[in-house]
Amino acid sequence: MTRSKVTIDGNEAAARVAYRINEIIAIYPITPSSPMGEWADQWSAEIQPNIWGTVPHVIEMQSEGGAAGALHGALQAGSLGVTFTASQGLLLMIPNMFKIAGELTATVLHVTARTLAAHALSIFGDHSDVMATRSTGFGLLASNSVQEVMDFALIAQAAALQSRIPFLHFFDGFRTSHEVGKVEELTDDDLRALIPADLVEAHRKRALSPDHPVLRGTAQNPDVFFQARETVNPFYLACPATVQNVMDKFASVVGRQYHLFDYEGAPDAERVIIMMGSGAEAAHETVEYLRERGEKVGVLKVRLYRPFSIEHFLAALPKTTKNLAVLDRTKEAGAAGEPLYVDVITAISEGLSAGKAPFTSFPRIIGGRYGLSSKEFTPAMVKAVFDEMRKPAPRNHFTVGIVDDVTHTSLEVDSTFSTEDPKTVRAIFYGLGSDGTVGANKNSIKIIGEDTDNYAQGYFVYDSKKSGSITISHLRFGPKPIHSTYLITQANFVACHQFTFLERYDVLKAAEPGAVFLLNSPYGPDEVWDMMPRTTQRQIIEKKLRFFVIDAIEVARTAGMGGRINTVMQTCFFAISGVLPREEAIAAIKHAIEKTYGRRGESVVQKNFAAVDASLDHLHEVKVPAEISSKFDMRPTVPSQAPAFVRDVLARIIEGEGDSLPVSAMPNDGTFPTATAQWEKRNIALEIPVWDEDLCIQCGKCVLVCPHAVIRAKIYDPALRGKAPATFKSAAARWKEFKEMKYTLQVAPEDCTGCALCVEICPAKSKSEAKHKAINMADQVPLREAERHNWDFFLEIPEADRRTLSLGQVKDVQLLQPLFEFSGACAGCGETPYIKLMTQLFGDRALIGNATGCSSIYGGNLPTTPYAVNHEGRGPTWSNSLFEDNAEFALGMRLAVDQQTQYARELVKRLAPSLGDELVQALLNADQSTEAGIREQRERVHALKAKLAGISTLEARDLMNVADTLVKKSVWAFGGDGWAYDIGYGGLDHVLASGRNVNVLVLDTEVYSNTGGQMSKATPRGAVAKFAAGGKPRPKKDLGMMAISYGNVYVAQVAMGSSDMQTLKAFLEADAYNGPSIIIAYSHCIAHGYDLVHGMDQQKAAVLSGYWPLYRYNPDLAKLGKNPMQLDSRAPSLPLEKYIYNETRYTMLTHSDPEAAKRLLKLAEEDVRDRWRDYQNLAAMPMNGAPKEVK
Amino acid sequence: MIDLTTKYLGLTLKNPLVVSASPLSEDLGNIRRMEDTGASAVVLPSLFEEQIQVESNTLDHFLSQGTESFAESLTYIPNMTGYHLGPDGYLEHVRRAKQAVKVPIIGSLNGTSAGGWVGYAKKIEEAGADALELNIYFIPTNAEMSGGQVEQMYVDLVSKVKASVRIPVALKIGPYFSSLPNTAKRLDQAGANALVLFNRFYQPDFDLETLEVVPNLILSTPHELLLRLNWVAVLYGKIQADLAITGGVHTGLDVLKSMMAGARVAMMTSALLRNGIGHLATVRTELLKWMEEHEYESIHQMQGSMSQRAVADPSAFQRANYVKVLSSYAMAGSRQ
Repeated sequence: MTRSKVTIDGNEAAARVAYRINEIIAIYPITPSSPMGEWADQWSAEIQPNIWGTVPHVIEMQSEGGAAGALHGALQAGSLGVTFTASQGLLLMIPNMFKIAGELTATVLHVTARTLAAHALSIFGDHSDVMATRSTGFGLLASNSVQEVMDFALIAQAAALQSRIPFLHFFDGFRTSHEVGKVEELTDDDLRALIPADLVEAHRKRALSPDHPVLRGTAQNPDVFFQARETVNPFYLACPATVQNVMDKFASVVGRQYHLFDYEGAPDAERVIIMMGSGAEAAHETVEYLRERGEKVGVLKVRLYRPFSIEHFLAALPKTTKNLAVLDRTKEAGAAGEPLYVDVITAISEGLSAGKAPFTSFPRIIGGRYGLSSKEFTPAMVKAVFDEMRKPAPRNHFTVGIVDDVTHTSLEVDSTFSTEDPKTVRAIFYGLGSDGTVGANKNSIKIIGEDTDNYAQGYFVYDSKKSGSITISHLRFGPKPIHSTYLITQANFVACHQFTFLERYDVLKAAEPGAVFLLNSPYGPDEVWDMMPRTTQRQIIEKKLRFFVIDAIEVARTAGMGGRINTVMQTCFFAISGVLPREEAIAAIKHAIEKTYGRRGESVVQKNFAAVDASLDHLHEVKVPAEISSKFDMRPTVPSQAPAFVRDVLARIIEGEGDSLPVSAMPNDGTFPTATAQWEKRNIALEIPVWDEDLCIQCGKCVLVCPHAVIRAKIYDPALRGKAPATFKSAAARWKEFKEMKYTLQVAPEDCTGCALCVEICPAKSKSEAKHKAINMADQVPLREAERHNWDFFLEIPEADRRTLSLGQVKDVQLLQPLFEFSGACAGCGETPYIKLMTQLFGDRALIGNATGCSSIYGGNLPTTPYAVNHEGRGPTWSNSLFEDNAEFALGMRLAVDQQTQYARELVKRLAPSLGDELVQALLNADQSTEAGIREQRERVHALKAKLAGISTLEARDLMNVADTLVKKSVWAFGGDGWAYDIGYGGLDHVLASGRNVNVLVLDTEVYSNTGGQMSKATPRGAVAKFAAGGKPRPKKDLGMMAISYGNVYVAQVAMGSSDMQTLKAFLEADAYNGPSIIIAYSHCIAHGYDLVHGMDQQKAAVLSGYWPLYRYNPDLAKLGKNPMQLDSRAPSLPLEKYIYNETRYTMLTHSDPEAAKRLLKLAEEDVRDRWRDYQNLAAMPMNGAPKEVK
Repeated sequence: MIDLTTKYLGLTLKNPLVVSASPLSEDLGNIRRMEDTGASAVVLPSLFEEQIQVESNTLDHFLSQGTESFAESLTYIPNMTGYHLGPDGYLEHVRRAKQAVKVPIIGSLNGTSAGGWVGYAKKIEEAGADALELNIYFIPTNAEMSGGQVEQMYVDLVSKVKASVRIPVALKIGPYFSSLPNTAKRLDQAGANALVLFNRFYQPDFDLETLEVVPNLILSTPHELLLRLNWVAVLYGKIQADLAITGGVHTGLDVLKSMMAGARVAMMTSALLRNGIGHLATVRTELLKWMEEHEYESIHQMQGSMSQRAVADPSAFQRANYVKVLSSYAMAGSRQ
């Protein structure tokens, strides 16, 4: 039977098999495994059957713990079930894994092996998560490539059913899960051949059923638990042979033969590396290369890691083995060695003792760590390991791939060593996320994989910023199978899709001599040379590159594609690379366009076609001059005045050179300085706002809504104006109390993302030309220099004295320094304005616990952080614990602060004789309800410390350490709706019930934004989201009302775009309330599918439609005999559809299923009506008197 | 027995009451009610080529927005197998409407490209429409474009569509031509089977608080009928194409006037939006009652009876108000 060749990534490969041989799929989104669940959900929505002709049911749970529980139940009730996860998600499944394995229940967990968060979170790949499950009793099966992922997904399931031991099938997160490769697809018949009906029948017969009832899951006592636990031994002893049998059966059906341990290399090898995962492929490639050069080397790929078969392991090693290096992609701090290394030593030791080893003497064994968090693992590193094994005294417990200058574990690597095949085309593409480069390259690799005989591989490197993010695509193709599981460092084709990258990145670093360089350039072949930095020119000349340019922006724009230059650049790539004849290539590109975009409508297809057709006429080869002639070079990454740590460490990371940083450069406990985003100067905005000082009414709305804190206002002494740069603008301050002062609204030109939310919100319009506002967008480049100086001058102007401002007024709040600035969030983000506001109000005394998600990524993903400090060095202190525990984490901070405050107060009392009664009384009885009160307390603490410095007792030293807690602190838990409504709800509920003074800010985007828009319980009825492709059938959970039910929780529902005043009041009241507070903040999001420039307008529409009523529930009012519930918005006045149908998440349902859209709209309208009625009733309830008047 | 039948676009209609293109006929139930309450034909809402393009491009834009940029969220919105984009939904509606009622169903089309007009016209014909109304909604804003160029565009369009479909084609136009009779004649010669007078254009309003332009469409009022009566009366007999009146038809009397001016049918929407679909029955009753009282036997009998060529003073249509005012003044003067 012929099997089709498909070009897919590892996640899809696993899902294509798992979906077809299961019935119940319980999942929870987590990077990098989310796409497996999403594929399954898509196929289920499309009514695609499994091999038994029924459509699997996919359910998204509230956490991985929930997914594992649901899976356990489904298995117990006799279904074939599966789940997909990684990292922390896998940890949450561990309790159920013990149960499932203990009950000898066949299932498979497909795991994209990912780093466990330790000193830091990492979304990338290593085996630390899988290694944490070694004791669960699950079989552990590793696949190393996209083809193996597909094959092992089947082998794992068959082995589980045969052996009754559940399996964890893992492959490397990102490197394999996201690598696109050409694979042979297993057919339904292949699946049927490996999953015989009798095994399924046996599984069903073991199910719980009232028709043949049993009891499973008993509690056992010391008398029998132990014996019962040992009953499973025969299954584990038989398992390796069972797996091998399945592999043999697989080989007989499909033709690819696998073994529990696959050895590749010289039969007489003396040096052998033992490892598992994708790195084994790079080792395989290196072994082949070295063997061709006469070296006796080999690599043993471990497939079945648990149950570990010593017998099979020993049988796979060459008799000639003298030196073994065991490589672990994990770190087990404090252990005698990493897990695989320890297992190998045990196996050889046991084998030799029993006389079953192929060799008679103990080979020399060293162990090492590599590849943590997707650290590159290259042939050069493999070679370094082989070289180390040859040394008389090789380093044990080494690391490879980093420079460890602290404990000197690292091996030296010759970075020039390469095993790249000259016949393999190696292409690198630098693009922007928004220009479609990755999508086009994925199409290209599919075309090459499916329309030619070539082997093909695509791997994509993304940015950790969500605005202006850069992407780097690595494409390989050629006549030989590709084992290169590492990035291209010697490219024979480099394309730079954005001209401005040249001054920021050394894009030609990886170009090999004679390579082709394709540049998207606004300048033609005759003008481009002098417009490029010297570094680029030098590389082109020295490496003798062939150089092509195309004005792709112009071609794309003419075709109606805007900034999406993907198909234009793709066409040029095919034309230059010659992988297919031009006509064929163009036909294939068009076919791919139809496949990708056809369902979005003919006009989309046609404009892409137009772009393809126009491309080649605009492609020009540049005659390369002999001399470097440019008058400029690449820009410095950070300004010279940046702090040393920023210059020496963070700047390297910004440049993409973080791999070169040694161990000593990194903090040993994950602690970093704040206030670092200010140094990045990303210059990503094409246009920035320009202030018209004559028109401005100084309302401060633009400052409030700016998601990136790049537009700021100050009032100042007019005398300062004299020192200002010539183009610095100012106006007379429009404040009664500051009328002698000057006012300036200043933009940070190099930090702005160009989202234009500020312009959209600006209420001041010209009386002679309505489109002209008090701020207007204008091209950044001509403004950059002057505005940079203006910004620097603006920063030097002293901040306003907080005591003189009225913090309840938006107009005054604009004058407060934001301590959250220039985040990498999406341009126009709806979350960050709330965070920024919080930092303006309380940042200098705030502790923040941040749930994992968008806000933890733009808040804390290296290289820099937007959290900043004021002129006194005070600012928010921030940490991320986990996704699920954030409320508890913040509560812990609160407990610590309260405890220390209490202790400080006790110490102050104890030390009263030395401190003086006046100071002591003032400290203990301070009113800190105002900025002035807080300032006075700070001064008292300052005085206290001065006195303590002169007292040498232990108590004085103790008080010195906790004295700062005498100043009121504001403790916040930040997180998204995925956290607050789903995975963290149990903890959040507990914290709200605790009565402690924790402020919770829920940035409600109504989906899991950070992992790509999966449904949460905050997703509204009728909206389309992943796992709600047919529109969410049930209404949004009313988190606010659930919190209100406690009666002693401050609850506010806010939407800044509707009422900035109400938002401001809610923040002030939440902080002031001495108990738990929760603010549920409407946060527009890119996942909603509209232009975020209208984000604030949409917020307004959400409120007008009654979908998002604004309210504040303040228990303090109840103490005064008033109704604590205040409705802050009016009765619905806008039809719901006028709000929702501005967003693609709703409109797409009208296109995909118009009937469902109508039905859900009607139900959603009822939801709005019902909810409004309930709120109104609550707000109208009499409290010790007459009913409250409802407006 | 009074004969209400009329011939329009080669179709024999049971009466001259036709429902013009509007959102009302988006719903099959409404179309059935229209038939039940007396409509003799229904014009479906327009298929807007621009709308199709905008929806398609918008969907593409927002499905692509933010994708393939960040490792954790390579997409934001789930992939669907298909969307009811393009004309498919509309064509399906034509098919269903045809199945739902016996009265003729007239498709309506507003194109933006030459290919779009012709392509979609063919598709509407294939879907089973009995006739097609071209809803030309062109508002020239380019000062370089002459009236002649605009008219030529209309003529070319009619020729192209006529050459590609076999069903009758009506043309719905606005009143803003320098010489409407000449334009009408050219469109007639280009093959239009009917002219529908007149399209009503959106007239954007200003919001003085926000200083924004806001879209605005108000329902027609009876006085708008007069402009139509005037031009139908003028054109009647001068061109081969049938004439239809749309805009300002609210009562049975309005229908009678339309017929007398020379229209084959009188189309209604605003009156139905205001009074409900059942208003059709009221209008029909009024029509019958008046004809009975005035002893008319058939609609055919009155069609064109008050057209320019049929009235005693044809110049009334050229300077009607002026002359009447003068003569009434004179008569008043003579009585004094």
